[in-house]
Amino acid sequence: MRARLLPHSRLRSSGGTPIARKAVVLAAAASLGAGLLAGCSSDSGDKTGSSTGGGDGGGAKVTITMGLFGTMGFKEAGLYTEYEKLHPDIKIQENVVERNENYYPALVNHLTTNSGLMDVQAIEVGNIAEVVATQAAKFEDLSKASGVDKGNWLDWKWQQATTKDDQTIGLGTDIGPMAICYRKDLFEQAGLPTDREEVGKLWAGDWNKFVTAGETFKKKAPKGTYFMDSPGGLINAILSSEKEKFYDASGNVIYKTNPAVKAAFDLTAKAAQEGLVQSQTQFQPAWDQTIANNKFATVACPPWMLGTIKGKSQPDAAGKWDVAVPPKGGNWGGSFLAVPKSGKHVKEATEFITWLTAPEQQAKLFAVQGSFPSAPGAYTMPSVTDAKNEMTGDAPIGQIFAEAAKSIPVQTIGPKDQIVQQGLTDNGVILVTKGKSPADAWKTATKTIDNNLEK
Amino acid sequence: MATRHDTAAPPEKEGGAAPGRPAGTDTADAEHRRRARLSRRWQRDMRWSPYAFVSPFFLLFVAFGLFPLIYTAWASLHTVELTAPTDMEWAGLRNYTRIFDDEFFWNAARNTLTIGIISTVPQLLMAMGLAHILNYRLRASTFYRVAMLAPYATSIAAASLVFVLLFGRDYGMINWVLHSVGFDNIDWQNDKWPSQIAVSTIIIWRWTGYNALIYLAAMQAIPNDLYESAALDGANRIRQFFHVTLPQLRPTILFTAVVSTIGASQVFGEPLLFDANKGASGGAEHQFQTLGLYLYEQGWVNQHLGRASAIAWTMFLILIVIGVVNYVISRRLRASS
Repeated sequence: MRARLLPHSRLRSSGGTPIARKAVVLAAAASLGAGLLAGCSSDSGDKTGSSTGGGDGGGAKVTITMGLFGTMGFKEAGLYTEYEKLHPDIKIQENVVERNENYYPALVNHLTTNSGLMDVQAIEVGNIAEVVATQAAKFEDLSKASGVDKGNWLDWKWQQATTKDDQTIGLGTDIGPMAICYRKDLFEQAGLPTDREEVGKLWAGDWNKFVTAGETFKKKAPKGTYFMDSPGGLINAILSSEKEKFYDASGNVIYKTNPAVKAAFDLTAKAAQEGLVQSQTQFQPAWDQTIANNKFATVACPPWMLGTIKGKSQPDAAGKWDVAVPPKGGNWGGSFLAVPKSGKHVKEATEFITWLTAPEQQAKLFAVQGSFPSAPGAYTMPSVTDAKNEMTGDAPIGQIFAEAAKSIPVQTIGPKDQIVQQGLTDNGVILVTKGKSPADAWKTATKTIDNNLEK
Repeated sequence: MATRHDTAAPPEKEGGAAPGRPAGTDTADAEHRRRARLSRRWQRDMRWSPYAFVSPFFLLFVAFGLFPLIYTAWASLHTVELTAPTDMEWAGLRNYTRIFDDEFFWNAARNTLTIGIISTVPQLLMAMGLAHILNYRLRASTFYRVAMLAPYATSIAAASLVFVLLFGRDYGMINWVLHSVGFDNIDWQNDKWPSQIAVSTIIIWRWTGYNALIYLAAMQAIPNDLYESAALDGANRIRQFFHVTLPQLRPTILFTAVVSTIGASQVFGEPLLFDANKGASGGAEHQFQTLGLYLYEQGWVNQHLGRASAIAWTMFLILIVIGVVNYVISRRLRASS
């Protein structure tokens, strides 16, 4: 019975005799063993590489491993190849997790057990406060690294990754200065202005005016279209422009009592009740399809969103979008690169990310990937000032976003911002689009958030 | 190995079963001692070797089964966050007592139960029907059997992605079909029962074939003469199914019911991936959040290790209760048959 289950007959028919079979098994075992040994030896090879510093490159290449999420675009912008050319003894290898929701818990696990960490780890802005507050001891202090100039970065960006006792654990890669992307064709059909200056004036200074513009839009809007993509997008845009949202400066959770949060919630709920936003969650398949079907007129739009729009649109949408200033400046997104102390090549990794986040490289990244530089020095470089985007015709997006970057408030971010924000969106305003009253939706949201915040 | 039962002589008693040599000589004595030593070794070998052979499993079990279990129990008695697992603060039974008025926990428990029922019952019934059909002589029966196992071999992630598209509210194929026969669009994501049915559909799709093959294997072990005599008595195929097949399958049905119940109480991947928000809250109003999902949300999204551990242990205890109930029922059934 057992013999019949084994792949006996197949081996015999191909290999001929039982001896041949034995040889095959042996070969398989040997190759497996060799593989394991090779794994070990390359590992130890790496270690010797780091202990000699890899300076003169005595044949042993140092491999710097990068733990990233989403599409950060360093590779696509050719920055690894460039650095490897400058430093022949260095090899860069990236390990990308698609979604930050999957990347971050694993990172926390690795940090707490001090194992499985890459030489460089990316951290999303939504998590940076928590990492700074709880894990700073596990990271190199980059403010003391040679070649790092604090003045390269926007001040608030630098502060976000810095602890109270001035240890900086991450170097900023990009930021998300928010603008409003709008469909010229839909605006025209609804009788709204299409020129980006005038569009900006429609709602300058006040998110309430933005919703009012939506009401005007709705009166004459083409059938089946919505003014904005999603309630989550709207509440996020409003909150991004507030100085204080979920935590106060001393670290207390204030989201329930902060009038700005309630106002943002109520305004979004109002827009949802009036049918200005569709019942969608951003970055989900149904939302993607809504873009592809040209069903909404505006979307809060940091530079990286242009890439998303382009990726999800049909070819005929090219050039139909434009970019206008938002009611109030805000930041949405951005990441940091950090070096865990337990990495194998701490020194090389620090040198590498210092180079990678320098203004020149950030400018290159913007030109290819649309990640907007967190280094103001890059804003005057040609690859930023001359940047254009297929989706928005000839709009000078580099200048528009650079302008938007200057009006971003210095925002207090807290360790559990993501939980609060997700609760307000996914368990709150989305319910209003389903016909729940704003008061009930607020109740569901706060109950969920409180339960999730409670230790 | 040295344990060759066929050659291993039983230890001889002093002066027993006399070897044909005169006792008392030196050589015989040495030979005797040698035999005694060997026999002691065999005894030790016989006694301890099996333990050595089974030890790898138990060592692994201690490392990856028992230790996590105990650590989880320990963590569940503390307030501890995933960001600092060594920083534990004694909380006593608070994490457990809190579960009693944690409406999210009970909501998840209810959902687990309802999803479990609307997925397991149709799944086993359909599996039974399919197995019965496949048990007939069919052309290309191997093809059908392999095809039935294909969903089981598909990863949940890939399958859920397709189902999310099928169940889309605005552009989903299912709503499109329903619409064309005059139904309103159903919001499969956000309404309670539609979302639970959608999640159950994924589970049913995935496991029906698997259970059908188990039933099929059991059906093929039923002696053919039972059917022959039933046919001679004039029983048609349907009566044969109810009076021959079903009674013969009883132990198998019980087995699949137990396994499916355990599986249903741990449902996790399908609702997680079905959620449009890709969060672990099981929909905007937690309408399809299962216990597994709630545990994951508390532990990995919110990083409350202590609370998550308490939930895990509570789930474990619930599973034990389910197991005991299953055992009692199966004994009753066996006694009655």
